[in-house]
Amino acid sequence: MDLLLQVLIGAVRGGTSILYAALGETISERAGVINLGTEGCMLVGALAGYAATATSGDPWVGVLGGAAAGGALALIHAVLVLQRGANQLATGLVVLFLGLGLTSLFGAAFVGESINAFTPIAIPGLSSIPWLGDILFNHDPLTYLSFAVGPAMWWLLYRSRWGLLVRAAGEREEVLAAYGHSPLRVRYLAVVAGGALAGIGGAQLSTAYANAWFENMTAGRGFIAVALVIFAAWHPLRAMGGAYLFGAALALSPALQARGVAINQFALDAIPYVVTIGVLVVLGRKRMHAAPEGLRKVFEMSPSS
Amino acid sequence: MRSTRRRTGAVLVAALAMMTAACSSNSTTGETTAGTSATGSGSGTSAPGTGGKAIGFIFVGPKDDVGYNQAAYDGSQEVAAAYPDLKILTAENVPEDDNAARVMEDMISKGAKIIFATSYGHLDPAAKVAAAHPDVVVVQQGNLIKGTVPANFGTYFGTVYEPVYLAGIAAGKATRTNKLGYVYAFPITQTTENIDAFQLGAASVNPDVQTFTVATSDWCNPGKQAAAADSLLSEGVDVISQHQDCTKTIIEKAEAKGAFTVGYHADGSGLAPKGWLTGSEWNWGPLYIDIVKTALAGTFTGSKFNDNYRVGLKTGDNPFVQSTYGPSVTEETKALIEAAKVRISQPDGSPFKGPVVDQDGKVIFPEGMTPDYVAIESQTFFVQGVVGKLPT
Repeated sequence: MDLLLQVLIGAVRGGTSILYAALGETISERAGVINLGTEGCMLVGALAGYAATATSGDPWVGVLGGAAAGGALALIHAVLVLQRGANQLATGLVVLFLGLGLTSLFGAAFVGESINAFTPIAIPGLSSIPWLGDILFNHDPLTYLSFAVGPAMWWLLYRSRWGLLVRAAGEREEVLAAYGHSPLRVRYLAVVAGGALAGIGGAQLSTAYANAWFENMTAGRGFIAVALVIFAAWHPLRAMGGAYLFGAALALSPALQARGVAINQFALDAIPYVVTIGVLVVLGRKRMHAAPEGLRKVFEMSPSS
Repeated sequence: MRSTRRRTGAVLVAALAMMTAACSSNSTTGETTAGTSATGSGSGTSAPGTGGKAIGFIFVGPKDDVGYNQAAYDGSQEVAAAYPDLKILTAENVPEDDNAARVMEDMISKGAKIIFATSYGHLDPAAKVAAAHPDVVVVQQGNLIKGTVPANFGTYFGTVYEPVYLAGIAAGKATRTNKLGYVYAFPITQTTENIDAFQLGAASVNPDVQTFTVATSDWCNPGKQAAAADSLLSEGVDVISQHQDCTKTIIEKAEAKGAFTVGYHADGSGLAPKGWLTGSEWNWGPLYIDIVKTALAGTFTGSKFNDNYRVGLKTGDNPFVQSTYGPSVTEETKALIEAAKVRISQPDGSPFKGPVVDQDGKVIFPEGMTPDYVAIESQTFFVQGVVGKLPT
């Protein structure tokens, strides 16, 4: 198979879990709350999704379980940050460690357990289009769902009243309050919805992509999602593009190796991170102007911006 | 966002404590009783390994990974059954660094005089602990001690590549595309010798066959495993094997694509009812018990275990055994494998019997040479027919 085609297929397959997490983090940050615990939300989502699928036999129950677990962990973040006024960055890391610890503890029982996983469904007709069919129309149901979630979120954020409230919460909460809305409630909803999406991303990883649970199986995908939101300038459609870029970076190494391209494996491992740094260098400064006003307060605690 | 930093700090500490507790889930089983009678008899110079109250086992992963660590854990439980008077201390998820030394020290302080360090990368911390405690027998699973072997130290392993070679024969007969795939973690010798044996076994019955390799740089990362399997399968590979600690993701990917699977570490035939060919799995109990018996008797020093001990088809019971056959393996293939088993059990038999030539055409073992276990394990190379690159 053509290398480019294979990398593009891999971009969608491997990028989907990151995509869900990035969209979740987009809502959260649009409302003015950064959640570094996205990785933790993905992990609890991956485990809960796997466990619920194993117990119920239905992967859609797993999706609900993953969303619930991711949302619950994000709720802890929301309570600490919104109710108690804790530092967002520190609390996010706490939430990550909490997710890591909880999933190691409760996940052991599910390592090696078999599940009735999502299977790829080729869409009749469309899947036989050369290239596009393989890239877009031969996937698991959660991947198809993700194609809709990105544009839906764009519509919600920019064309709906609900989105206006979320963005206002992130930009100027005083305005929201002046119009009689509770910025607190909007932010709670946004953070929990964000965690739930990250949880679905985790469930996609464990029940549709890898079909296995193993501790720390997200292996940094949640952090990639957080970085991605920033260089996507808090825009859901750009976040989709970014997630596929990372999916492609992750797919490149095995694709090259399977072709016998003689490159050191450890150099290949570095590709996704080199891509991150590269993109941040190119887009870095400019993008910060697009940051929701409320987020600046969080970032400005760091020495250089 | 003002006065609550102290609280955040407290929460951070609590969460870290939880994580530490969860990650080092240090489980113990068995009953504490007085030590077995041994040769020590109260004098200050008892033989290493005698007079202990406990035996320690450290594992790099969780005890239920359906793979390497589970097999080692099962072995430790056979020791527990054989020596009900001794307490069996087990620690999972022990990293391959100084933390391992700390865990072993902790076991020694709880009365362990025999320690099994069961991961390849536990060698250095194990060597450190052995040097600090001459009265404790430390044995390490799978690595090689270079130079002189201290009196209370040793490594042990089965010859992993023998059943892998036999499984390679099944792969070479089953493939229709002449492309075999191998997913591995790191380019350590234990892995490269497996990949080499797999290719040599396959090539012994199918000279056109090649083995394509993908490294994941991780013993268990299901996301990377999925990508690796996808890449190999879309390149036309129709038999996949692996050297990973958890094996489920890759086996299921292969089965879903109608490819064949050669297992490793554990019997995965349930995951691939159609495509399972055969594989290799562990049976550690008898060897562990033999080592414990030797140490308790006070005769460890100078014994075969006080060395880089390797056991294979030629010398006795290999703890690494061939898995069951899948439904598609023909009688002809089974007969070829039986014949090969007899061949490598001969004094001059080995999967690596010369000539063995590496990827670059360099002769590693010349015509007619039968390298011993140590000679095979001390070189890292890919044989001709393996597609992939080792870091230099």
